Amino acid sequence: MSSRERNEATMDLVTSRKDAAPPAGAPSDGAATAPPDPRVRRRGVPRLVLNLIAVAIGLGVWALLAARGVHDLPGPVAVGRRASQLLGDGTLEGDIAASLRRVLVGFLLGTALAVVVGFLMGWYPVARGLFEPYIQFFRTVPPLALIPLAVVLLGIGETPKIFVIFMAAFLSSVVATFQGVLDVDRTLIDAARVLGAKDRTVFLKVVIPASAPFILVGMRIGLGAAWSTLVAAELIAAQEGLGFRMQHAETYYDLDTIFVGLITIGVLGLVMDRLLLLAERRLTGWQERR
Amino acid sequence: MTHKISFRDAVRTYPVKNGTFTALGGVTLDIEEREFVTVVGPSGCGKSTLLGMAAGLVEPSAGEVSVDGRPVTGPGPDRGVIFQQYALFPWLTVRRNVEFGLRLTSMPARERRARADHAIELVGLSDFADALPKTLSGGMKQRCAIARAYAVDPEVLLMDEPFGALDALTRVQLQDRLLDTWAKERRTVLFVTHDVEEAVYLAQRVVVMAARPGRVHTVIDVDLPYPRTEEIRLSADFAALRNQVWHSVYHQAPANADA
Repeated sequence: MSSRERNEATMDLVTSRKDAAPPAGAPSDGAATAPPDPRVRRRGVPRLVLNLIAVAIGLGVWALLAARGVHDLPGPVAVGRRASQLLGDGTLEGDIAASLRRVLVGFLLGTALAVVVGFLMGWYPVARGLFEPYIQFFRTVPPLALIPLAVVLLGIGETPKIFVIFMAAFLSSVVATFQGVLDVDRTLIDAARVLGAKDRTVFLKVVIPASAPFILVGMRIGLGAAWSTLVAAELIAAQEGLGFRMQHAETYYDLDTIFVGLITIGVLGLVMDRLLLLAERRLTGWQERR
Repeated sequence: MTHKISFRDAVRTYPVKNGTFTALGGVTLDIEEREFVTVVGPSGCGKSTLLGMAAGLVEPSAGEVSVDGRPVTGPGPDRGVIFQQYALFPWLTVRRNVEFGLRLTSMPARERRARADHAIELVGLSDFADALPKTLSGGMKQRCAIARAYAVDPEVLLMDEPFGALDALTRVQLQDRLLDTWAKERRTVLFVTHDVEEAVYLAQRVVVMAARPGRVHTVIDVDLPYPRTEEIRLSADFAALRNQVWHSVYHQAPANADA
Protein backbone atom coordinates (compact mmCIF):
# COMPACT_ATOMS: atom_id res chain seq x y z
CA MET A 1 0.00 0.00 0.00
CA SER A 2 2.58 2.53 1.14
CA SER A 3 5.06 1.34 -1.45
CA ARG A 4 2.44 1.78 -4.11
CA GLU A 5 1.88 5.30 -2.93
CA ARG A 6 5.57 5.96 -3.12
CA ASN A 7 5.63 4.53 -6.62
CA GLU A 8 2.89 6.86 -7.65
CA ALA A 9 4.75 9.73 -6.10
CA THR A 10 7.88 8.95 -8.10
CA MET A 11 5.81 8.56 -11.22
CA ASP A 12 4.42 12.01 -10.58
CA LEU A 13 7.88 13.42 -10.18
CA VAL A 14 9.05 11.79 -13.38
CA THR A 15 6.12 13.07 -15.39
CA SER A 16 6.34 16.54 -13.95
CA ARG A 17 10.05 16.63 -14.85
CA LYS A 18 9.20 15.67 -18.36
CA ASP A 19 6.47 18.26 -18.48
CA ALA A 20 8.84 20.89 -17.25
CA ALA A 21 11.30 20.29 -20.08
CA PRO A 22 9.39 22.09 -22.86
CA PRO A 23 8.18 25.61 -22.13
CA ALA A 24 5.10 24.29 -20.38
CA GLY A 25 4.21 27.56 -18.69
CA ALA A 26 4.81 28.13 -15.01
CA PRO A 27 6.37 25.22 -13.18
CA SER A 28 3.80 23.40 -11.10
CA ASP A 29 4.23 24.18 -7.49
CA GLY A 30 5.57 21.39 -5.37
CA ALA A 31 5.58 23.57 -2.23
CA ALA A 32 8.79 22.53 -0.52
CA THR A 33 10.25 20.23 -3.16
CA ALA A 34 13.45 21.08 -4.98
CA PRO A 35 13.08 23.72 -7.69
CA PRO A 36 12.54 22.30 -11.17
CA ASP A 37 15.77 22.21 -13.14
CA PRO A 38 15.29 24.63 -16.02
CA ARG A 39 18.35 23.44 -17.86
CA VAL A 40 17.86 20.58 -20.23
CA ARG A 41 21.03 18.80 -21.29
CA ARG A 42 22.05 19.42 -24.84
CA ARG A 43 21.84 16.54 -27.18
CA GLY A 44 24.19 15.19 -29.82
CA VAL A 45 27.28 16.91 -31.26
CA PRO A 46 28.55 19.97 -29.36
CA ARG A 47 27.82 23.18 -31.20
CA LEU A 48 31.47 24.25 -31.41
CA VAL A 49 32.26 21.09 -33.36
CA LEU A 50 29.41 21.85 -35.75
CA ASN A 51 30.73 25.40 -36.14
CA LEU A 52 34.20 24.11 -37.00
CA ILE A 53 32.80 21.62 -39.48
CA ALA A 54 30.87 24.45 -41.15
CA VAL A 55 34.03 26.55 -41.41
CA ALA A 56 35.97 23.62 -42.88
CA ILE A 57 33.25 22.97 -45.46
CA GLY A 58 33.17 26.67 -46.34
CA LEU A 59 36.92 26.75 -46.90
CA GLY A 60 36.64 23.60 -49.01
CA VAL A 61 33.94 25.03 -51.23
CA TRP A 62 35.89 28.24 -51.56
CA ALA A 63 39.08 26.40 -52.57
CA LEU A 64 37.11 24.33 -55.07
CA LEU A 65 35.46 27.37 -56.63
CA ALA A 66 38.80 29.13 -56.89
CA ALA A 67 40.60 26.12 -58.34
CA ARG A 68 38.12 25.35 -61.10
CA GLY A 69 35.51 27.73 -62.27
CA VAL A 70 35.19 31.24 -60.99
CA HIS A 71 37.50 33.45 -62.93
CA ASP A 72 40.16 35.40 -61.00
CA LEU A 73 38.81 34.33 -57.59
CA PRO A 74 41.79 33.86 -55.26
CA GLY A 75 41.82 30.66 -53.24
CA PRO A 76 42.30 30.37 -49.47
CA VAL A 77 45.99 29.60 -49.89
CA ALA A 78 46.69 32.71 -51.94
CA VAL A 79 44.74 34.86 -49.51
CA GLY A 80 46.56 33.27 -46.59
CA ARG A 81 49.91 34.00 -48.22
CA ARG A 82 48.91 37.61 -48.80
CA ALA A 83 47.74 37.89 -45.21
CA SER A 84 51.08 36.72 -43.84
CA GLN A 85 52.88 39.16 -46.16
CA LEU A 86 50.75 42.03 -44.90
CA LEU A 87 51.30 40.87 -41.34
CA GLY A 88 55.02 40.52 -41.95
CA ASP A 89 55.54 44.13 -43.08
CA GLY A 90 53.20 45.47 -40.39
CA THR A 91 50.54 46.78 -42.79
CA LEU A 92 47.75 44.57 -41.52
CA GLU A 93 48.53 45.32 -37.87
CA GLY A 94 48.49 49.04 -38.60
CA ASP A 95 45.23 48.77 -40.50
CA ILE A 96 43.62 46.70 -37.77
CA ALA A 97 44.73 49.15 -35.09
CA ALA A 98 43.41 52.14 -37.04
CA SER A 99 40.07 50.54 -37.87
CA LEU A 100 39.61 49.05 -34.44
CA ARG A 101 40.24 52.42 -32.83
CA ARG A 102 37.64 54.10 -35.04
CA VAL A 103 35.07 51.39 -34.51
CA LEU A 104 35.64 51.23 -30.76
CA VAL A 105 35.58 54.98 -30.17
CA GLY A 106 32.51 55.46 -32.38
CA PHE A 107 30.76 52.45 -30.90
CA LEU A 108 31.50 53.32 -27.28
CA LEU A 109 30.50 56.97 -27.64
CA GLY A 110 27.43 56.04 -29.66
CA THR A 111 26.10 53.38 -27.33
CA ALA A 112 26.97 55.40 -24.22
CA LEU A 113 24.94 58.31 -25.54
CA ALA A 114 22.20 55.91 -26.63
CA VAL A 115 21.93 54.58 -23.08
CA VAL A 116 21.64 58.08 -21.62
CA VAL A 117 19.17 59.32 -24.25
CA GLY A 118 17.20 56.08 -24.15
CA PHE A 119 16.84 56.34 -20.38
CA LEU A 120 15.81 59.98 -20.55
CA MET A 121 13.23 59.20 -23.21
CA GLY A 122 11.85 56.23 -21.33
CA TRP A 123 11.72 57.98 -17.99
CA TYR A 124 10.65 61.54 -18.79
CA PRO A 125 7.76 62.07 -21.22
CA VAL A 126 9.10 65.57 -21.88
CA ALA A 127 12.47 64.21 -23.01
CA ARG A 128 10.68 61.67 -25.15
CA GLY A 129 8.68 64.39 -26.87
CA LEU A 130 11.80 66.44 -27.50
CA PHE A 131 14.08 63.68 -28.77
CA GLU A 132 11.70 61.49 -30.67
CA PRO A 133 11.30 63.53 -33.89
CA TYR A 134 15.08 63.79 -34.31
CA ILE A 135 15.70 60.13 -33.64
CA GLN A 136 12.97 59.06 -36.03
CA PHE A 137 14.23 61.49 -38.66
CA PHE A 138 17.86 60.45 -38.50
CA ARG A 139 16.94 56.80 -38.36
CA THR A 140 15.52 57.03 -41.85
CA VAL A 141 18.70 58.71 -43.13
CA PRO A 142 21.42 56.10 -43.69
CA PRO A 143 24.57 57.08 -41.74
CA LEU A 144 26.54 56.81 -44.97
CA ALA A 145 24.49 59.63 -46.41
CA LEU A 146 25.96 61.82 -43.68
CA ILE A 147 29.47 61.39 -45.04
CA PRO A 148 29.43 64.39 -47.41
CA LEU A 149 28.03 66.54 -44.64
CA ALA A 150 30.60 65.23 -42.17
CA VAL A 151 33.45 65.99 -44.55
CA VAL A 152 32.28 69.53 -45.19
CA LEU A 153 31.67 70.29 -41.54
CA LEU A 154 34.38 68.26 -39.84
CA GLY A 155 37.16 68.09 -42.39
CA ILE A 156 39.05 64.98 -43.41
CA GLY A 157 40.77 63.95 -40.18
CA GLU A 158 39.70 61.23 -37.76
CA THR A 159 36.69 63.20 -36.53
CA PRO A 160 34.31 62.72 -39.48
CA LYS A 161 35.06 58.99 -39.68
CA ILE A 162 34.41 58.48 -36.01
CA PHE A 163 31.36 60.73 -36.21
CA VAL A 164 29.73 58.62 -38.90
CA ILE A 165 30.40 55.40 -37.01
CA PHE A 166 29.17 57.05 -33.84
CA MET A 167 25.91 58.07 -35.51
CA ALA A 168 25.38 54.57 -36.86
CA ALA A 169 25.96 52.98 -33.45
CA PHE A 170 23.87 55.55 -31.62
CA LEU A 171 20.86 55.45 -33.90
CA SER A 172 20.69 51.70 -34.08
CA SER A 173 20.91 51.14 -30.33
CA VAL A 174 18.97 54.06 -28.88
CA VAL A 175 15.59 52.57 -29.70
CA ALA A 176 16.41 49.33 -27.91
CA THR A 177 17.43 51.18 -24.74
CA PHE A 178 14.35 53.37 -24.88
CA GLN A 179 12.12 50.35 -25.35
CA GLY A 180 13.88 48.59 -22.48
CA VAL A 181 13.06 51.40 -20.08
CA LEU A 182 9.46 51.53 -21.29
CA ASP A 183 9.07 47.80 -20.80
CA VAL A 184 10.17 47.73 -17.18
CA ASP A 185 7.45 45.93 -15.28
CA ARG A 186 5.31 48.51 -13.50
CA THR A 187 4.81 46.13 -10.58
CA LEU A 188 8.56 45.99 -9.93
CA ILE A 189 8.65 49.76 -9.63
CA ASP A 190 5.64 49.64 -7.29
CA ALA A 191 7.29 46.89 -5.27
CA ALA A 192 10.36 49.06 -4.76
CA ARG A 193 8.29 52.10 -3.87
CA VAL A 194 6.25 50.31 -1.22
CA LEU A 195 9.51 49.20 0.37
CA GLY A 196 10.42 52.85 0.73
CA ALA A 197 12.44 53.51 -2.44
CA LYS A 198 12.40 57.05 -3.84
CA ASP A 199 12.72 57.92 -7.54
CA ARG A 200 16.52 57.87 -7.54
CA THR A 201 16.70 54.43 -5.99
CA VAL A 202 13.95 53.12 -8.22
CA PHE A 203 15.93 54.30 -11.22
CA LEU A 204 19.29 52.94 -10.09
CA LYS A 205 18.15 49.71 -8.46
CA VAL A 206 15.17 48.74 -10.58
CA VAL A 207 14.99 50.50 -13.94
CA ILE A 208 18.64 50.08 -14.88
CA PRO A 209 18.99 46.38 -14.05
CA ALA A 210 15.56 45.59 -15.47
CA SER A 211 16.43 47.17 -18.81
CA ALA A 212 19.97 45.73 -18.96
CA PRO A 213 18.94 42.94 -21.35
CA PHE A 214 17.56 45.49 -23.81
CA ILE A 215 20.62 47.68 -23.49
CA LEU A 216 22.91 44.78 -24.30
CA VAL A 217 20.83 43.84 -27.31
CA GLY A 218 21.04 47.48 -28.37
CA MET A 219 24.81 47.39 -27.97
CA ARG A 220 25.08 44.33 -30.15
CA ILE A 221 23.02 45.98 -32.85
CA GLY A 222 25.11 49.14 -32.46
CA LEU A 223 28.32 47.16 -32.84
CA GLY A 224 27.08 45.60 -36.06
CA ALA A 225 26.17 49.03 -37.36
CA ALA A 226 29.57 50.42 -36.41
CA TRP A 227 31.43 47.74 -38.34
CA SER A 228 29.17 47.99 -41.34
CA THR A 229 29.82 51.73 -41.55
CA LEU A 230 33.56 51.41 -41.17
CA VAL A 231 34.58 50.74 -44.75
CA ALA A 232 32.52 53.62 -46.07
CA ALA A 233 33.77 55.92 -43.34
CA GLU A 234 37.31 55.14 -44.42
CA LEU A 235 36.44 56.42 -47.86
CA ILE A 236 37.06 59.81 -46.32
CA ALA A 237 40.71 60.39 -47.20
CA ALA A 238 42.12 57.75 -44.91
CA GLN A 239 45.81 56.79 -44.87
CA GLU A 240 45.32 53.45 -43.22
CA GLY A 241 42.58 51.15 -42.03
CA LEU A 242 41.01 47.97 -43.30
CA GLY A 243 38.43 49.78 -45.40
CA PHE A 244 41.08 52.06 -46.88
CA ARG A 245 43.32 49.09 -47.68
CA MET A 246 40.49 47.35 -49.53
CA GLN A 247 39.63 50.40 -51.58
CA HIS A 248 43.28 50.91 -52.32
CA ALA A 249 43.55 47.28 -53.44
CA GLU A 250 40.49 47.72 -55.61
CA THR A 251 42.31 50.22 -57.81
CA TYR A 252 45.12 47.69 -58.38
CA TYR A 253 42.73 44.78 -58.90
CA ASP A 254 44.40 43.16 -55.88
CA LEU A 255 41.70 40.64 -54.96
CA ASP A 256 43.90 38.87 -52.42
CA THR A 257 44.17 41.97 -50.27
CA ILE A 258 40.45 42.64 -50.57
CA PHE A 259 39.78 39.16 -49.25
CA VAL A 260 42.21 39.63 -46.38
CA GLY A 261 40.38 42.82 -45.44
CA LEU A 262 36.96 41.23 -45.67
CA ILE A 263 37.92 38.27 -43.56
CA THR A 264 39.70 40.40 -40.97
CA ILE A 265 36.65 42.63 -40.55
CA GLY A 266 34.41 39.59 -40.26
CA VAL A 267 36.61 37.93 -37.66
CA LEU A 268 37.06 41.09 -35.59
CA GLY A 269 33.33 41.77 -35.65
CA LEU A 270 32.59 38.21 -34.65
CA VAL A 271 35.06 38.30 -31.76
CA MET A 272 33.62 41.56 -30.44
CA ASP A 273 30.10 40.25 -30.76
CA ARG A 274 31.02 37.11 -28.82
CA LEU A 275 32.57 39.25 -26.09
CA LEU A 276 29.36 41.22 -25.80
CA LEU A 277 27.37 38.02 -25.75
CA LEU A 278 29.56 36.79 -22.93
CA ALA A 279 28.92 40.01 -21.00
CA GLU A 280 25.22 39.61 -21.68
CA ARG A 281 25.21 36.08 -20.27
CA ARG A 282 26.95 37.24 -17.12
CA LEU A 283 24.85 40.34 -16.59
CA THR A 284 21.43 39.04 -17.53
CA GLY A 285 21.62 35.38 -16.55
CA TRP A 286 18.79 36.01 -14.12
CA GLN A 287 16.24 36.17 -16.92
CA GLU A 288 13.64 33.47 -17.22
CA ARG A 289 14.21 32.30 -20.74
CA ARG A 290 11.35 30.96 -22.75
CA MET B 1 -10.19 56.37 18.68
CA THR B 2 -8.38 56.37 15.37
CA HIS B 3 -8.80 53.49 13.01
CA LYS B 4 -5.77 51.76 11.58
CA ILE B 5 -6.99 52.19 8.02
CA SER B 6 -9.86 54.44 7.17
CA PHE B 7 -11.59 55.09 3.85
CA ARG B 8 -13.92 58.11 3.79
CA ASP B 9 -16.06 58.37 0.64
CA ALA B 10 -13.04 57.28 -1.35
CA VAL B 11 -13.66 57.68 -5.06
CA ARG B 12 -11.43 56.75 -7.96
CA THR B 13 -12.27 57.59 -11.55
CA TYR B 14 -10.28 57.08 -14.72
CA PRO B 15 -10.65 59.09 -17.89
CA VAL B 16 -11.83 56.94 -20.81
CA LYS B 17 -12.62 57.69 -24.45
CA ASN B 18 -15.92 59.41 -23.79
CA GLY B 19 -16.23 60.51 -20.21
CA THR B 20 -14.95 58.92 -17.04
CA PHE B 21 -15.01 55.41 -15.68
CA THR B 22 -15.73 55.13 -11.99
CA ALA B 23 -13.62 52.30 -10.60
CA LEU B 24 -14.57 53.06 -7.06
CA GLY B 25 -17.57 55.16 -6.21
CA GLY B 26 -17.42 56.38 -2.66
CA VAL B 27 -16.22 53.72 -0.24
CA THR B 28 -16.36 54.26 3.50
CA LEU B 29 -14.70 51.54 5.50
CA ASP B 30 -12.70 51.31 8.72
CA ILE B 31 -10.19 48.65 9.61
CA GLU B 32 -9.00 48.38 13.17
CA GLU B 33 -5.54 47.73 14.52
CA ARG B 34 -4.57 44.03 14.35
CA GLU B 35 -7.66 43.18 12.39
CA PHE B 36 -7.68 40.67 9.53
CA VAL B 37 -10.09 41.88 6.86
CA THR B 38 -10.65 40.27 3.49
CA VAL B 39 -12.24 41.99 0.52
CA VAL B 40 -14.07 39.87 -2.02
CA GLY B 41 -16.19 40.75 -5.01
CA PRO B 42 -16.75 40.27 -8.73
CA SER B 43 -14.11 41.47 -11.13
CA GLY B 44 -14.28 45.18 -11.76
CA CYS B 45 -15.60 45.97 -8.30
CA GLY B 46 -12.54 48.04 -7.51
CA LYS B 47 -11.14 45.83 -4.77
CA SER B 48 -7.58 46.17 -6.03
CA THR B 49 -8.08 49.91 -6.42
CA LEU B 50 -9.16 50.04 -2.79
CA LEU B 51 -6.00 48.26 -1.73
CA GLY B 52 -3.87 50.43 -3.99
CA MET B 53 -5.22 53.52 -2.26
CA ALA B 54 -4.24 52.21 1.16
CA ALA B 55 -0.81 51.38 -0.28
CA GLY B 56 -0.42 54.88 -1.66
CA LEU B 57 -0.01 53.61 -5.21
CA VAL B 58 -3.42 54.86 -6.33
CA GLU B 59 -4.49 58.38 -5.52
CA PRO B 60 -8.16 58.89 -4.61
CA SER B 61 -10.00 61.19 -7.00
CA ALA B 62 -12.16 62.35 -4.13
CA GLY B 63 -12.59 61.47 -0.49
CA GLU B 64 -9.85 60.50 1.90
CA VAL B 65 -7.80 57.47 2.82
CA SER B 66 -5.84 57.56 6.05
CA VAL B 67 -3.63 55.20 8.00
CA ASP B 68 -3.23 55.84 11.73
CA GLY B 69 -5.29 58.97 11.28
CA ARG B 70 -2.85 60.49 8.77
CA PRO B 71 -3.88 60.90 5.14
CA VAL B 72 -2.02 58.60 2.77
CA THR B 73 0.17 60.63 0.41
CA GLY B 74 2.29 57.88 -1.09
CA PRO B 75 3.72 54.44 -0.49
CA GLY B 76 5.83 53.82 2.57
CA PRO B 77 7.55 51.01 4.45
CA ASP B 78 4.92 51.12 7.22
CA ARG B 79 2.59 49.36 4.77
CA GLY B 80 3.87 46.17 3.19
CA VAL B 81 2.29 45.17 -0.10
CA ILE B 82 2.12 41.68 -1.60
CA PHE B 83 1.28 41.56 -5.29
CA GLN B 84 -0.40 38.73 -7.14
CA GLN B 85 2.48 38.48 -9.61
CA TYR B 86 5.09 38.25 -6.81
CA ALA B 87 7.05 41.23 -8.19
CA LEU B 88 10.40 39.82 -7.08
CA PHE B 89 13.47 41.49 -8.54
CA PRO B 90 14.60 38.70 -10.84
CA TRP B 91 18.26 39.78 -10.81
CA LEU B 92 18.54 39.47 -7.04
CA THR B 93 18.78 36.32 -4.96
CA VAL B 94 16.11 35.50 -2.41
CA ARG B 95 18.23 37.07 0.34
CA ARG B 96 18.97 40.24 -1.64
CA ASN B 97 15.29 40.55 -2.49
CA VAL B 98 14.38 40.29 1.18
CA GLU B 99 17.10 42.79 2.08
CA PHE B 100 15.94 45.31 -0.53
CA GLY B 101 13.84 47.39 1.83
CA LEU B 102 16.41 47.17 4.62
CA ARG B 103 19.19 48.45 2.36
CA LEU B 104 17.24 51.66 1.94
CA THR B 105 17.71 52.37 5.63
CA SER B 106 20.90 53.05 7.52
CA MET B 107 20.71 49.67 9.25
CA PRO B 108 24.13 48.06 9.91
CA ALA B 109 24.92 45.11 7.67
CA ARG B 110 24.91 42.56 10.47
CA GLU B 111 21.50 43.49 11.73
CA ARG B 112 20.19 43.63 8.18
CA ARG B 113 21.44 40.14 7.52
CA ALA B 114 19.91 38.85 10.74
CA ARG B 115 16.55 40.44 10.00
CA ALA B 116 16.53 39.08 6.46
CA ASP B 117 17.49 35.60 7.59
CA HIS B 118 14.75 35.67 10.19
CA ALA B 119 12.13 36.64 7.61
CA ILE B 120 13.41 33.99 5.20
CA GLU B 121 13.21 31.38 7.92
CA LEU B 122 9.69 32.47 8.78
CA VAL B 123 8.52 31.59 5.29
CA GLY B 124 10.61 28.41 5.17
CA LEU B 125 13.03 29.42 2.43
CA SER B 126 16.31 29.15 4.33
CA ASP B 127 17.61 26.50 1.96
CA PHE B 128 17.00 28.80 -1.00
CA ALA B 129 18.40 32.05 0.37
CA ASP B 130 21.02 32.28 -2.39
CA ALA B 131 18.78 31.12 -5.23
CA LEU B 132 17.57 33.38 -8.01
CA PRO B 133 13.79 33.75 -8.40
CA LYS B 134 13.79 31.96 -11.74
CA THR B 135 14.66 28.71 -9.98
CA LEU B 136 11.73 28.95 -7.56
CA SER B 137 8.20 27.64 -7.97
CA GLY B 138 5.24 30.00 -7.82
CA GLY B 139 4.52 29.26 -4.17
CA MET B 140 8.15 29.79 -3.20
CA LYS B 141 8.27 33.07 -5.10
CA GLN B 142 5.25 34.31 -3.21
CA ARG B 143 6.78 33.19 0.09
CA CYS B 144 9.89 35.18 -0.82
CA ALA B 145 7.73 38.21 -1.57
CA ILE B 146 6.04 37.79 1.79
CA ALA B 147 9.42 37.57 3.53
CA ARG B 148 10.49 40.75 1.73
CA ALA B 149 7.43 42.52 3.12
CA TYR B 150 7.93 41.11 6.63
CA ALA B 151 11.59 42.13 6.72
CA VAL B 152 10.87 45.85 6.94
CA ASP B 153 8.41 45.06 9.73
CA PRO B 154 5.36 46.94 8.45
CA GLU B 155 2.40 47.53 10.72
CA VAL B 156 -0.01 46.86 7.90
CA LEU B 157 0.04 44.11 5.30
CA LEU B 158 -1.84 44.81 2.09
CA MET B 159 -2.26 41.68 0.02
CA ASP B 160 -3.63 41.84 -3.51
CA GLU B 161 -4.86 38.38 -4.50
CA PRO B 162 -1.53 37.00 -3.34
CA PHE B 163 -2.44 33.34 -3.76
CA GLY B 164 -4.57 33.76 -6.87
CA ALA B 165 -2.01 32.30 -9.26
CA LEU B 166 -1.19 29.25 -7.14
CA ASP B 167 -2.61 25.76 -7.21
CA ALA B 168 -5.22 24.78 -4.61
CA LEU B 169 -2.90 22.77 -2.36
CA THR B 170 -0.20 25.43 -2.19
CA ARG B 171 -2.83 28.06 -1.58
CA VAL B 172 -4.14 26.24 1.49
CA GLN B 173 -0.60 25.81 2.83
CA LEU B 174 0.20 29.47 2.40
CA GLN B 175 -3.11 30.50 3.99
CA ASP B 176 -2.27 28.48 7.10
CA ARG B 177 1.24 29.89 7.19
CA LEU B 178 -0.10 33.41 6.89
CA LEU B 179 -2.54 32.87 9.74
CA ASP B 180 0.23 31.41 11.91
CA THR B 181 2.35 34.48 11.42
CA TRP B 182 -0.58 36.79 11.92
CA ALA B 183 -1.46 35.05 15.19
CA LYS B 184 2.13 35.59 16.39
CA GLU B 185 2.79 39.10 15.18
CA ARG B 186 -0.71 40.49 14.79
CA ARG B 187 -0.25 42.94 12.02
CA THR B 188 -3.27 44.58 10.49
CA VAL B 189 -4.07 42.72 7.28
CA LEU B 190 -6.16 43.88 4.35
CA PHE B 191 -6.43 40.96 1.96
CA VAL B 192 -8.07 41.15 -1.45
CA THR B 193 -9.24 37.93 -3.11
CA HIS B 194 -11.79 36.60 -5.56
CA ASP B 195 -11.96 33.30 -3.73
CA VAL B 196 -14.96 33.21 -1.36
CA GLU B 197 -13.68 30.27 0.67
CA GLU B 198 -10.31 31.96 1.14
CA ALA B 199 -12.02 35.18 2.21
CA VAL B 200 -14.03 33.41 4.91
CA TYR B 201 -11.24 31.12 6.09
CA LEU B 202 -8.78 33.92 6.76
CA ALA B 203 -10.82 36.84 7.99
CA GLN B 204 -12.46 38.24 11.02
CA ARG B 205 -14.53 40.37 8.68
CA VAL B 206 -15.33 39.87 5.02
CA VAL B 207 -16.08 42.97 2.97
CA VAL B 208 -18.19 42.07 -0.05
CA MET B 209 -17.98 44.59 -2.87
CA ALA B 210 -20.22 45.25 -5.85
CA ALA B 211 -19.26 46.48 -9.30
CA ARG B 212 -20.22 49.40 -11.56
CA PRO B 213 -19.53 51.52 -9.71
CA GLY B 214 -17.25 49.72 -7.24
CA ARG B 215 -18.69 49.98 -3.75
CA VAL B 216 -19.09 48.10 -0.50
CA HIS B 217 -22.05 45.75 -0.77
CA THR B 218 -22.11 44.13 2.66
CA VAL B 219 -19.74 43.42 5.50
CA ILE B 220 -20.01 39.98 7.05
CA ASP B 221 -18.48 39.14 10.44
CA VAL B 222 -16.80 35.77 10.67
CA ASP B 223 -17.35 34.48 14.20
CA LEU B 224 -15.09 31.50 13.92
CA PRO B 225 -12.30 30.96 16.44
CA TYR B 226 -8.58 31.06 15.63
CA PRO B 227 -6.48 29.09 14.99
CA ARG B 228 -8.49 28.14 11.96
CA THR B 229 -8.03 24.49 11.26
CA GLU B 230 -9.11 21.95 8.74
CA GLU B 231 -11.86 21.05 11.18
CA ILE B 232 -13.20 24.57 11.00
CA ARG B 233 -12.84 24.63 7.23
CA LEU B 234 -15.03 21.54 6.99
CA SER B 235 -17.53 22.60 9.68
CA ALA B 236 -21.19 23.46 9.13
CA ASP B 237 -20.66 26.97 10.57
CA PHE B 238 -17.98 27.63 8.00
CA ALA B 239 -20.17 26.31 5.22
CA ALA B 240 -23.03 28.55 6.31
CA LEU B 241 -20.81 31.64 6.30
CA ARG B 242 -19.30 30.68 2.98
CA ASN B 243 -22.79 30.32 1.51
CA GLN B 244 -23.79 33.67 2.91
CA VAL B 245 -20.75 35.38 1.38
CA TRP B 246 -21.20 33.45 -1.85
CA HIS B 247 -24.77 34.70 -2.17
CA SER B 248 -23.87 38.29 -1.56
CA VAL B 249 -21.07 38.06 -4.14
CA TYR B 250 -22.89 36.21 -6.90
CA HIS B 251 -26.49 37.23 -6.37
CA GLN B 252 -26.11 40.94 -5.94
CA ALA B 253 -29.03 43.14 -6.81
CA PRO B 254 -28.37 45.08 -10.02
CA ALA B 255 -26.44 48.27 -9.44
CA ASN B 256 -29.33 50.58 -10.36
CA ALA B 257 -31.86 49.04 -7.99
CA ASP B 258 -29.21 49.15 -5.29
CA ALA B 259 -28.68 52.88 -5.52
